[in-house]
Amino acid sequence: MYPASFDYHTPGSVQEAISLLGKLRDDAKLLAGGHSLIPMMKLRLAQPKHLIDLRKVPGLAGIREDGGSIALGAMTTHWQVESSKLLQAKIPVVSDAAGMIGDPQVRNLGTIGGSLAHADPAADMPAVMIALGVEFVIEGARGRRTVKVDDFFKGLMMTAVGPDEILVEIRVPVPPAGSGAAYLKFPHPASRFAVVGVCAALTVDGKGICTKAGVGVTGAGTKAVRAKGVEAGLAGKALDQAAIEAAAAKAADGVDVQADLQGSAEYKSHLLRVHARRAIEAALGRAKGGK
Amino acid sequence: MTLPVKMTINGTNYRHEVEPRMLLVHYIREVVGLTGTHVGCDTSQCGACTIILNGQAVKACNVFAVQADGAQIMTIEGLAKNGQLHPIQEGFWEKHGLQCGFCTPGMIMAVYQLLERYPKPTEAQIRHQLEGNLCRCTGYHNIVKAVQYAAEKMAGR
Ligand SMILES: Cc1cc2nc3c(=O)[nH]c(=O)nc-3n(C[C@H](O)[C@H](O)[C@H](O)COP(=O)(O)OP(=O)(O)OC[C@H]3O[C@@H](n4cnc5c(N)ncnc54)[C@H](O)[C@@H]3O)c2cc1C
Ligand code: FES
Ligand code: FES
Repeated sequence: MYPASFDYHTPGSVQEAISLLGKLRDDAKLLAGGHSLIPMMKLRLAQPKHLIDLRKVPGLAGIREDGGSIALGAMTTHWQVESSKLLQAKIPVVSDAAGMIGDPQVRNLGTIGGSLAHADPAADMPAVMIALGVEFVIEGARGRRTVKVDDFFKGLMMTAVGPDEILVEIRVPVPPAGSGAAYLKFPHPASRFAVVGVCAALTVDGKGICTKAGVGVTGAGTKAVRAKGVEAGLAGKALDQAAIEAAAAKAADGVDVQADLQGSAEYKSHLLRVHARRAIEAALGRAKGGK
Repeated sequence: MTLPVKMTINGTNYRHEVEPRMLLVHYIREVVGLTGTHVGCDTSQCGACTIILNGQAVKACNVFAVQADGAQIMTIEGLAKNGQLHPIQEGFWEKHGLQCGFCTPGMIMAVYQLLERYPKPTEAQIRHQLEGNLCRCTGYHNIVKAVQYAAEKMAGR
């Protein structure tokens, strides 16, 4: 399957890429790992006249600690995220989730920035980013701006990144002591995308009271969302089994669950509740274990 | 529009002019003429087109040749040395890790990376690391045995 013809550009800096985007406008698409865009081009669901490949732009890939956050360059591959010793030590859920994306070949080329900018409704990382409360650094002709995760995902494959902007970095706050997080998904058996996925990030104090809860869900609706009902059911409570189950029961509230080939809305809502409970239990185990 | 590309495949340097939309797998098979790399699904699901690109296993049906400009590539043809099968190839032979053989080149290239990253893999690791490669014949059990054979053989070298 050949995509439609296009011209290929390899800018050597973010500024150069942005000015190309400004000049070519709707005819151009950024190319990162190509693991969402190229399949769409082969099916001719996307027919950009110009591809602007970011692979030669220096400084866009890499993982570094910066104050209380870990900064992930947009061009960092899923494998680099999965195998990062820094992330495994400080925020292991991000590495865990990266290791559940697709398969090794997909993870070698696909990037975290590409996944988040693409905002596939069944992508894994968006749920994790919501649970952890990350920030996005976006650059355009007028300079850099920072967007909070709750303002980032706008709709089906739509984000706060403008047509002439580039996502350059994701800043993940390092959780305080007594925190733990887990991401669980029900993978589609063929594609491995999430039929549903839930990430829970918890902080508990010395008395076992949950002082902070972040829960993101993906897969079931048209975009990943914050499960506010679940968070409200966890924060400020002693997390015994009854509290966990009551909170998890709200996992589908506020989600625009879509019936599709993978299942009915009822089925997916049920999967969300079950995965929410398991994710909370796993996160709590890690929080108490000091991870 | 065509663009010049150069890359090293199995130790040989190649230079050609290609259309940007030419997929790397077609470049390797049709321009360079190395047909050991297969096209199974052409939709980045099956892994038959797996090659090693700059040290990493990738599905060559989902990469444009122009993206690989300047790259070091190894395909299935680059594995045997002086007529001597690589231990992974030997493992597939000894443990009956193939039937029709269509998935085998991609499977072997994925195993090459697997054993680099996990030299002593558990069975679960083997299965997880081969999730990107589909086989319609073997049922995978003998492929797992082939990987275990190769791991042992390579550890002994
Ligand atoms: C077989 C297969 C299985 C997969 N399974 C999963 C899975 O289980 N879970 C999952 O989450 N994903 C899965 N994916 C998708 C994979 O994670 C992709 O890598 C990811 O969605 C896109 O990242 P990319 O770097 O490949 O982006 P590309 O495909 O290069 O780009 C995607 C889109 O984002 C835009 N873009 C890219 N980078 C930037 C940037 N820095 N700033 C602004 N815009 C940008 C591009 O213009 C394009 O529109 C799978 C893909 C395949 C092929
Ligand atoms: S032919 Fe490339 S993955 Fe199937
Ligand atoms: S041996 Fe026939 S597809 Fe694997």
